[in-house]
Amino acid sequence: MRADRLRLLAGLALAGFLILPLVPLALWSVAQGWRFPALLPQAWSGRAWAHALDPASGVLASLALTTLIALATTLLAALVGVPAGRALGLYRFRGKGIVTLLLLAPAVLPSIAVVFGLHGLFLRLGLTGTVAGVILAHLIPVLPYMTLVMAAVFSRLDPDLEAQARTLGATPFRAFRAVTLPAILPGLLTASLFAFLVSWSQYLLTLAIGGGRVQTLPLLLFSFSSAGRNDIAGAIALLYILPGVLVLILTARQVTGRGAALTQGLRP
Amino acid sequence: MTRLTLAGLAKTYARSGPATLHGLDLTVESGSLTALLGPSGSGKTTTMKLIAGLIAPDAGDIRLDDRSIRDLPPERRGVAMVFQNPLLFPHLTVAGNVGFGLRMRGLPPDRISAEVAAMLARVRLSDLADRRPAQLSGGQAQRVALARALVLRPAVLLLDEPLSSLDATLRDEMRGLIRDLQRETGITTLVVTHDQAEAVALADRIALLLDGRLAQHGPPEALYSRPASEAVARFFGGVNFLPGSVREGRFDCALGALELAFAAAEGPGLLTIRPEAIRLGPGPNQRGAEVRAATFLGTQTRIDLTVQGVALEALVAPDAGRALSPGSRVPISLPPAALWVVPRGRAATGGE
Repeated sequence: MRADRLRLLAGLALAGFLILPLVPLALWSVAQGWRFPALLPQAWSGRAWAHALDPASGVLASLALTTLIALATTLLAALVGVPAGRALGLYRFRGKGIVTLLLLAPAVLPSIAVVFGLHGLFLRLGLTGTVAGVILAHLIPVLPYMTLVMAAVFSRLDPDLEAQARTLGATPFRAFRAVTLPAILPGLLTASLFAFLVSWSQYLLTLAIGGGRVQTLPLLLFSFSSAGRNDIAGAIALLYILPGVLVLILTARQVTGRGAALTQGLRP
Repeated sequence: MTRLTLAGLAKTYARSGPATLHGLDLTVESGSLTALLGPSGSGKTTTMKLIAGLIAPDAGDIRLDDRSIRDLPPERRGVAMVFQNPLLFPHLTVAGNVGFGLRMRGLPPDRISAEVAAMLARVRLSDLADRRPAQLSGGQAQRVALARALVLRPAVLLLDEPLSSLDATLRDEMRGLIRDLQRETGITTLVVTHDQAEAVALADRIALLLDGRLAQHGPPEALYSRPASEAVARFFGGVNFLPGSVREGRFDCALGALELAFAAAEGPGLLTIRPEAIRLGPGPNQRGAEVRAATFLGTQTRIDLTVQGVALEALVAPDAGRALSPGSRVPISLPPAALWVVPRGRAATGGE
């Protein structure tokens, strides 16, 4: 009984931490006027939501674009980060420390330090103001997460596991597909979740490289918020946290519940 | 039934990694159970990985009967390898693991399940077919790994230290299972081990690898009692070595002329006698010895002797050793059939 009650209390506290900050946002999104010191808005309205959900306003398009950029960034990061993490995790080679340091650098350095040089470079390459340019820029903070998480996953994977599959008749591709991929999948999902959310919440890089032409949700949110449109900002903010929560719910089982798969067959 | 031939197989690693091989020649007879024996760092696992195709040789050839498999990828060699660590695929059940290779061959599902069921019954694991590897004991996991390789009926089966991770009881059971299955299937099998007792108990033939070279290849008794070199004798627990020379069927050394039972080449040589072959009491080649120490070892007693200024070590039954105290004098006999002469000063194989 006590354990149950404790668990309930912990659940409530967690829900409180996660949900309470969202309450004012939700209220703002349906308020017509809400002035200090009123505890609740004086008048209600669905105008903000109507605007946010109106195809003509561009909010939904921005939601789609943000999703597309985050997904593309995650996919590219996985394509680079899985082989790179495999090399870092499984093999020892000369200069490994330097490679790791270089990989970590973007995660340590603030984006602002990179942004000016990058802008100049992308300008010459004609990548400024394009979605492709923004995706490439997002890879800078995303790749370290992907690569380092995958390196940790691979370092716990027995390299002989694939060799074993080969001697049992599997081609290199089938050995990866049938043996390595299932073993690294929980780790890959975790890394992808990080990658998606890091890209999703990028503001500075999107602004600098997209030059205002690539309007992702954080940019839109900021512009409404600084324009004093708290109602629309509230609605967008709620839309903004939606995918993160969804992705978390969808992958939570893979990441934690089936955590056993992460440790089975991997070296202790 | 397939004969495995290694011809001049060589592998050198760029950096000080695993052991290197210097032109290994070895023929594993069709249907035999051969142990590839050697101390750690002698190149055993390297040899296995070369045969399995997991690494490429610098020189030499690997043949199954008369067909070279040197340039084939691992999955097309018909060579199945069981690693030291069972390496079961964690996301598959026991049955899924055993059926893995058959699925890679693209067999129809009903045939796969029939073959897997038969194989699991053979290794007495039918009850565990639906278990996950994490739920298995070490011995069970090792049996699944063996079944997973055997179900493919490979031309050659490679086992890398299959018993080293098991405790004594399971080791006996697993050794029996390997012997039985090998005899039933007749699959040419090469077992890597560093333990000479294990090799003697398990294999029909032993190939002893020292420093990346084949030191001797033959039936276990031959390596044990008729070693080809001092290094082989030392690896098999030889401790008594006497320099001297062979003359007219006798061996002249610090102990005088000793009778030999085996024909040995005339000229200088090194006499060796196994410690357990030395007899206490009168007999042929009798000498007077002084006991320096007697150490009780459980199943045997080790006696350190000095015979005419030469130190010898004998292993005798515990009862026989009990009466001996340091300083006492006893007659000993060196039976001619237990005396063996190896070439002296051949530097090719250094041993440990």
